[in-house]
Amino acid sequence: MMEIMEGSHAVAHAVKLSRPQVIAAYPITPQTHIVEALADMVADCHLDAEYITVESEFSALSACLGASAAGSRVYSATTSQGLALMFEVCYNVAGMRLPIVMTIVNRSLGAPLSIWNDQQDSISLRDSGWLQYYAQDNQEATDLHYIAYKVAEDHDILLPAFVCLDGFILSHTYEPVDMLTQEQVDSFLPAFTPYQRLDADDPVSFGMYATPEYYMEFRYEVDQAMKRSLKAFSAAGKEFAELFGRDYSAPVESYRLDDADTALVAMGSICGTAKDAVDEMRKKGRKVGLLNVRTFRPFPDADLAKALSGVSRVAVLDKNISLGAKGAVALEVKDALYGSGIPVLDYIIALGGRDVRKKDIAAVVDLAEKNQGDLFYGLRKEVL
Amino acid sequence: MAGSNCDLFEFGHRACGGCGAALAARLILDAAGKDTIVCSATGCMEVFSTPYPETAWKVPWIHSLFENNSAVASGVEASLKKQGRREKVIALGGDGATFDIGILCISGAFERGHDITYVCYDNEAYMNTGIQRSGATPYDASTTTSPAGKCSLGNPRQKKDLPAILAAHGAPYVATASIAYPADVKKKIQKALETKGPCYVQIHAPCCTGWGFEGEKTMAIGKLAVETGLWVNFEMEEGRVTRAKKVVRKPVEEYLKEQKRFRHLFRPTRNDEEIQKIQAIADRNADRYGIDLKIKKD
Repeated sequence: MMEIMEGSHAVAHAVKLSRPQVIAAYPITPQTHIVEALADMVADCHLDAEYITVESEFSALSACLGASAAGSRVYSATTSQGLALMFEVCYNVAGMRLPIVMTIVNRSLGAPLSIWNDQQDSISLRDSGWLQYYAQDNQEATDLHYIAYKVAEDHDILLPAFVCLDGFILSHTYEPVDMLTQEQVDSFLPAFTPYQRLDADDPVSFGMYATPEYYMEFRYEVDQAMKRSLKAFSAAGKEFAELFGRDYSAPVESYRLDDADTALVAMGSICGTAKDAVDEMRKKGRKVGLLNVRTFRPFPDADLAKALSGVSRVAVLDKNISLGAKGAVALEVKDALYGSGIPVLDYIIALGGRDVRKKDIAAVVDLAEKNQGDLFYGLRKEVL
Repeated sequence: MAGSNCDLFEFGHRACGGCGAALAARLILDAAGKDTIVCSATGCMEVFSTPYPETAWKVPWIHSLFENNSAVASGVEASLKKQGRREKVIALGGDGATFDIGILCISGAFERGHDITYVCYDNEAYMNTGIQRSGATPYDASTTTSPAGKCSLGNPRQKKDLPAILAAHGAPYVATASIAYPADVKKKIQKALETKGPCYVQIHAPCCTGWGFEGEKTMAIGKLAVETGLWVNFEMEEGRVTRAKKVVRKPVEEYLKEQKRFRHLFRPTRNDEEIQKIQAIADRNADRYGIDLKIKKD
């Protein structure tokens, strides 16, 4: 049923429909509306879950880790500094192959303190072994949760997943969202069946230490599972599309790329603005298209290279910066296009919540066509 | 060891001969039985008991990180509750994990009132990393980060009073015990597990390697700690001390002189002033917990 909902509430509703058994979370802006909504649902007996009000994000994910190992479907949500505080636990969860789903309401990292949106937080966990899916709008933000649980809990995958939505831009925006019914979600997402669990009748040891003779193989297996998950994501996306008509099966979404000279590459809500900008530029006869990267981890190298194979140049909009190097998405795109001869230009944009409008996207395309890139877009003049 | 559950912590682990912590693990599982899930912190116990692909644990066991065992245990407990399961949950950590790096998570878990038992095996320093001082290291003990030297007498602070801190969280049952009194350890573990809510048991576990004594003396050293009043075995129920083991106290010197970590108090010259300060700590313990049967005269 189509409803006008705040992004956070839509996500909370999708989480409820995913039937988590244990939720552990700690408040942080702009994630709070999600966990408040879930607390309301538990308080009103609309959601039958154990809700642990932990004393820190570090404990939130640690409690999720224990709850998942004991055999429950688990959920948390965080952002920014909270995710940074979870850093150590994130690597642990992935290494222990626990299929936790966590919403990341993307926000910048201090210093200076900023509560506003960019994608530095989740990008900084790119090497941790968590699947990372980025939502373009609130409909996708809700639907990706069902898909994330499905992929994460697949016994051939068993990896945790971030579902990322841009802070405020999506989380605090009211949009029409088609909310599935419980029966619909149940038909897509079966009850959680743990591969192994802490159980007195079948005791196992979780989280043992590994000597140099064994450690590398564990890392290899996580990497292999990551790579296998691309197919699982597409399969889950196709099944979702068949059932409900919305298709997220492509790890990268192409928009008007067929005859494009300049291809923009971006992740998350900026893609909506970019699509409008592309439409305007197309009306003026400029051959511009967009590639929306939906799965940043695993990175869909082959899909991306195929989608961009015919373009003359690529302009990447990076809402993050690997300081001293480039934006993280651009680095991946360069790797994926290595040997193709297609130039990849990087634009660090919209850090700390700076607004991006259609004219900014058009300005980036202008710069790219003049072969001017690898820069911070829209800086105040006094720092130049 | 007599008892039906003593094989739940399997032999063949890598602990030093005479390890007090390994004995603590056996006593804990002996008391807890097979329907127990153990959430271990990083530390000696975790490392010597689970070198992949071998494990000494015959109960379900999980290790995540150094500082989060009580948060992991919170999640395990909530998960079991949701599934209607009845296993008992133990969070297990050394004194570094418990007194220092993990205290935030412990405070949170106790404040929230999870039905878990936190057990600290207290060997009074970071032993796994090579005997560095922790918040549980006693006054004047020489460690690798509080070494005795020309201008240092060893650790400058007394042990943190963690039992009181956790009792102040409203823990229904808090107890201290020593591996030198095995039946007492088991009784207290059982009582903690039977008590609903977050309970705490702190077990004195002498470390022959870290404290500097021969492995066959572990029990004797543990006993001397209690007999001198430097370690008190007590129980607190609903925040009040309800029981403490009474002893005919021996001078602290009898305990100190057996361990290399206190050797600087006797050699090259005897430091009576410092030994007296440590005696005063034991005297305060005796007074606070009322443990004196009769003070032994010189």
